[in-house]
This record gives sequence, C-alpha cells and structure tokens, in this order.
Amino acid sequence: MKQENVPQDLSALGKLTKEVCYATDEAGNYVTQLSSGWDVKISALDTAWDDIKERVANARQQVLDGKASPILFFMEYRLMDLKLVADYTGFWQWQIKRHLKPEHFNKLSEQKLQKYAEAFNTSVADLKSLTVHEN
Amino acid sequence: MKIDFEHRQSAHCESGVTSNLLRQSSGGKITEPLAFGIGAGLFYAYIPFISINNGPAIAFRTMPGWIFKRTCRSLGIPVIRKKFSSREQAEKFLMERLEAGQPVGCQVGVYYLTYFPKEYRFHFNAHNLIVYGKEGDNYLISDPIMETPTTLTSYELERVRFAKGALAPKGQIYYTQYTGEIADDRIREAIKSGIKRNVFNMLSIPGPFAGVKGIRFTGKRIKGWRDKLGLDKAKLYLAQLVRMQEEIGTGGGGFRYIYAAFLQEAHAYLPQDDLLAASKMFTQSGDMWRNAAIHAAGIYKGRLGSQQDFDTMGNYLLEIAELEEKAFKALKNIKWRT
Repeated sequence: MKQENVPQDLSALGKLTKEVCYATDEAGNYVTQLSSGWDVKISALDTAWDDIKERVANARQQVLDGKASPILFFMEYRLMDLKLVADYTGFWQWQIKRHLKPEHFNKLSEQKLQKYAEAFNTSVADLKSLTVHEN
Repeated sequence: MKIDFEHRQSAHCESGVTSNLLRQSSGGKITEPLAFGIGAGLFYAYIPFISINNGPAIAFRTMPGWIFKRTCRSLGIPVIRKKFSSREQAEKFLMERLEAGQPVGCQVGVYYLTYFPKEYRFHFNAHNLIVYGKEGDNYLISDPIMETPTTLTSYELERVRFAKGALAPKGQIYYTQYTGEIADDRIREAIKSGIKRNVFNMLSIPGPFAGVKGIRFTGKRIKGWRDKLGLDKAKLYLAQLVRMQEEIGTGGGGFRYIYAAFLQEAHAYLPQDDLLAASKMFTQSGDMWRNAAIHAAGIYKGRLGSQQDFDTMGNYLLEIAELEEKAFKALKNIKWRT
C-alpha cells in the first residue's frame, strides 16, 4: 500500500487515537503513516455490532416472555458465552444452563446472585430488573 | 513515581511492547518491524471447529507472547516472566518493579480497558501494554496502540490483568533486565533465525489449518459458506475475517505490510537483494488481502451476495496462498553470504 492511499475514514477509534499503518513512500521504502480508520473495517465492526444488538434484543424479549432468566440477557449484553460465564462465576456450565431457566433462577440464593452480578459487572437489583448502565 | 520512559506508538501491541521495552538496551535498534520479524510474527490459521464471538477463529499472527519470547531469546536477552494466582501478590510485585525503576509489560484483557471505545471492547485477553509508574491511585500506562500515554486506576488495572476466559492473563508481567549492548552480528543471526522459523510456520507446519495451506483451506471453505451457513451468517463470518485481518494492531493487510517492512530493514543488516524482492511480494500480498477485504465488505454491506461473489472471495484467498507460498519459498532458498 502506498502512503497516500492509507485510508482516512473516521472510525469510533479514530476520534480517540489514530492507528499506525505501514505503507511505502515514492521510493518504495516502508514508513509509518497514521490512519483515522477505514470504511471497510468500520462496516465490518458495524456488522458485528448489529448482530450483537439483535441477540441482546432477542434475549431481552425471551426474559420478558418468561422463557429465560436474566442471565441470558446479561450474557448477550456482556458478549459472553457459557464458558466465559463459568470462568467468571466459578459455576459449572451445566449449572449455568439450569440457571438460565426462570424457575431455577428464581430460587437462587443471594450469594449466587451476587456472583452473577459481579461477573456481569452489575448489581443484584439491576440483574433481576434487566437494568443496564453504560460503563 | 514515574520512570523515565518514552511512549512510542506502534501498529501491533506485542511487537510494539517488545520494541519499546528493548529500546534502552538496543539503543532503538530493535524497531517494531524487526521485533515482529525476529519473533517470527507472521502467521495464518483458521480453526473451523471452534468459534470466537460467534464467528470463525482466524489468526493472522503467531500465538500471543511468542513474539516477545522469541525475539528476546534470539537476541540472547534473558526474560523475566511471572503469573499470579493472588491479586495482592500481583500488585505488590508490580509496585516493587516500578519502585526499582523497571518498566514492565503486562498482558491484559480488552473488555474492561476503559480508555478504548466501547465498540472495540471484546473479550480478547492477549493485549499488551507497558506500566511505567504510578501517581496517586493511577498507574501510568503506555499502550502502544494509543497515540499518547494514558492511565488506569489500580482497580481498573487489576480488573484487566485478571480478565477471565481464553488466554486469561493471570496478572502476567514480563520484562528484561539486559543492560549490555546488542551487537549488529547478533541482530543478523536473529534475523536469519526469525526468517527460518517463519518459513517453517507458513510452509511446513503439519495439518491443513495453518500456514499457506490454511489460507487455501479457508478460500475453499468460503465458497461453501453461503450454502452452509445461510447468507446472514456468512456475512458475519466475512466481517469477522476482515476484522481479524485489519483491525487495530495489524498495521494493515493482516500484518503483511509489517513483515514487508521487516524484510526491508533486514536488508540493511544483510544486503542481499532477495530480501527486497521478497519484501515486494509481501507488499503485494498485503494489497491483495485488502482487495479481498473490499470485496468482502461488498458482501456484508449487502451490495453483493450471489454464490458467484463468494466464489470470487474464495479465489482471492487461493491467489494469496499461491503468492505467499512463492514468497516464503524464495526466503527459504536464500543463501546467506554472511
């Protein structure tokens, strides 16, 4: 890639910091050139986030319909899978699968709820009420 | 407390941290491309039976941690590396090193890295940064991705040092205590061994998923994505491929440009024209990866989407595999004169 072709499309990151790209100058020698982003990868990231938003919305609906517990919603919201939730909470994956069902979730002790709340970086009250704070 | 340390931005976090930590002892000789090449950073792998963030597991670089390890080993620099099970111990050790005037590299998870924009924060645990001091409750951070130094509170730093999941950092800290000089001869040998290792990784690594074979394998798989996954999921897969290839930390073109830069710098130490010819091939390969990304964007933005478009996408990768095979064979066949 030639230095003058390093794209400068403003990305979410570009507002905070430019990124270093390696490109060639007129003589064909490599130099570093700052880029504020590239349309192709901005839309790749948008594609990923559109999918995440859809998954989060589906999860919320399932919880509201009584088909899943709030753990499903927070898992999707925090971009986590079962294994990661297991790593953060110390529960086994089969336990978490049970807790994903509302009838089991409703019987969880305060202590176990607290573990989930910590794993999702939220409070027990917010966990139960599907409340999210931007952070 | 603030250690005298010059923040320098780089394209890729690990080779940047390596180069920055070695700056003092190398007198700035070990640039980012040299660290990347000596550490045999260039790679390709696609593991079809695991998924990351609901998409394909694709890597354009070698395993996290290996660049630092190999670069230091080839240069004969002893590395001190420590993991912790206790958070208190981890912070205590960090403070001791800082008080002794030692900037240290830290492996961290990205998800709670507060100075990153939210859009870029996934559960990726192999990010690297340098801690070079503490003022009040704030640790002074030199993150090679960022233009300027930044800070994290002690709580924030602990949280990212103890992120969980794949490649969990477990508070990992690393640094070198080398004070001698790095001789040019040593660098020459390190360059040769880095190239040799990279040639092996791309041409001879066993199994169908890695190296040049892995690129070819992915190309063939992509042609089947539309039928196998359905158009919507296939779009997500392509978007993930492009993100792994181009997102922050790659220097563009799936690290191929950094590698091309490395070969040019290697030529300054080992003036053989084969290196420049190979460098040109990697530049071309980087350009082809980027053309493929533009085509992929056409698909995930919905402008393209027929089976023919997926075939074209797959063919891009087959062509790239052809070119990189040629380039690495050329590197393999160099007869070193020194």
